[in-house]
Amino acid sequence: MLRIAGVRKRFHHDEVLKGIDLDVAEGEVLCLIGPSGSGKSTLLRCVNHLETIDDGHIWVDGELVGYREAGERLIELPEREICRQRAKVGMVFQRFNLFAHLTVLENVIEAPIAVRGISRGDAIHAAHELIARVGLAAKEGAYPARLSGGQQQRVAIARALAMQPRLLLFDEPTSALDPELVGEVLEVMRSLADDGMTMVVVTHEMAFARDAGDRVAFMDGGVVVEAGPASEVLVAPRHERTRAFLARFVGAHQDGSARAGRT
Amino acid sequence: MARVVARRRPWLWLASAIVVVACAALAVAIWRNPNIDHRIIARHQFAPAILHGLAVTVVLALLSAAIGAVLGVAFALMRLSPSAVLRGFAALYAWLFRGTPLLVQILFWGNLALLFQMLGPFRTNDVMTPFVASVVALGLNEGAYMSEIVRAGISAVDRGQYDAALALGMSRALAMRRIVLPQALAVIVPPAGNQFISLLKATSLVSVIAGGDLLTAAENISSANLRTIELMLVATFWYLVLTTLASLGQHVLERRLARAGAGLDAAN
Repeated sequence: MLRIAGVRKRFHHDEVLKGIDLDVAEGEVLCLIGPSGSGKSTLLRCVNHLETIDDGHIWVDGELVGYREAGERLIELPEREICRQRAKVGMVFQRFNLFAHLTVLENVIEAPIAVRGISRGDAIHAAHELIARVGLAAKEGAYPARLSGGQQQRVAIARALAMQPRLLLFDEPTSALDPELVGEVLEVMRSLADDGMTMVVVTHEMAFARDAGDRVAFMDGGVVVEAGPASEVLVAPRHERTRAFLARFVGAHQDGSARAGRT
Repeated sequence: MARVVARRRPWLWLASAIVVVACAALAVAIWRNPNIDHRIIARHQFAPAILHGLAVTVVLALLSAAIGAVLGVAFALMRLSPSAVLRGFAALYAWLFRGTPLLVQILFWGNLALLFQMLGPFRTNDVMTPFVASVVALGLNEGAYMSEIVRAGISAVDRGQYDAALALGMSRALAMRRIVLPQALAVIVPPAGNQFISLLKATSLVSVIAGGDLLTAAENISSANLRTIELMLVATFWYLVLTTLASLGQHVLERRLARAGAGLDAAN
């Protein structure tokens, strides 16, 4: 479903991605862990071309993202094509980024109508179901400012789902939440994983990575240090850097409900 | 049960009394001033020439505000463009039109024929009538101020809103129109309202090129009957009517935007 090969990304002279290779199969949940500044979020933003890349390839659903190949060169696609590709990939942000001037319902139906061109009636019908699924049917008319962080993030997930994405990207979806609100968001994410949604989750929630993640990739300094089944990477890491990083989350290992500290 | 007695505030009472007396004295001084002929004011307050000037002032202000809004958005987007050339041009525009007196700009456009006799196939004086020169001068000046206001408004919208819109597959233009600008509006409206009120009064400057506005009309009459103060008061009354209406409109608009922005009318 998602294939990342040799991806490099520089911000000015600072190389933040130094040749990333990762594969995510259909229906798989990949958790990206690692210290702040390791390039996890940047990599995620490259997958839907919110960031350009300097080298390498990213394929989603067999299609090269953001570029077309012409011999040795990668030529950036026209905006229309990029928008079409982005519509297939949902993204959930750390700071929710709900449209502040729209109600919950309007947030969810905005893109299906404006981008996919489906009728308002159909969009509302689908939105009712999605909003109910994340447990917020009573809040359809509310503006984001009236919701708790956990509720906002659940709406953001419903908004992403409304585009019927093939792949969902989560950029630290619980890092901006008060501790008591983390659970309700992770619960929605778990149910998506159970339904076979393909997901890439940048997270500091080690318990979630262990329970819901099929595979875990540990990133540090712009490279994937190690990747493999969640049980292996989190329980018996092979690399010293992974061990050192995970040592900070010991509490989360012993108590499944405990929340990992922020790095 | 204890009775509550508020602290005495004699100075507050005194200050209020001074203000009331001073205002009353000023009103009497103006009202009973032998140099003001109230019949002249009454005769001209609704005179056709004055009302025509008033209409011109309103049209001038609305046209210039419309041009200013379009230019403001265009130049604000240029200011935020990745192209250094577009950014530089927009900065130059704002620098030039905010950095020179509006009166000079009006005189410049009104006397454009001295610089270019022809504008393409047309004679400059046929195209640049005083009214057109007034609209061009006020519109370009307004655009420079509006570009700063709009830019501040767009910058105030969290970058994440734009990212979220793009991530959902919206084009940059669609994201700007549907997501960013509606939210920027709440930040733009208060200063834009003040700007419009300034513009209403600034239209009076076009009287220097006989722009045909309210002040021009008043001056035309006063230069014939030499009743300068009376006709200034006639014009003043109408300017106050216009700015009061504009303030009320601004107030209503701000309240509606604030309500939507804060989500106070949410049905929950």
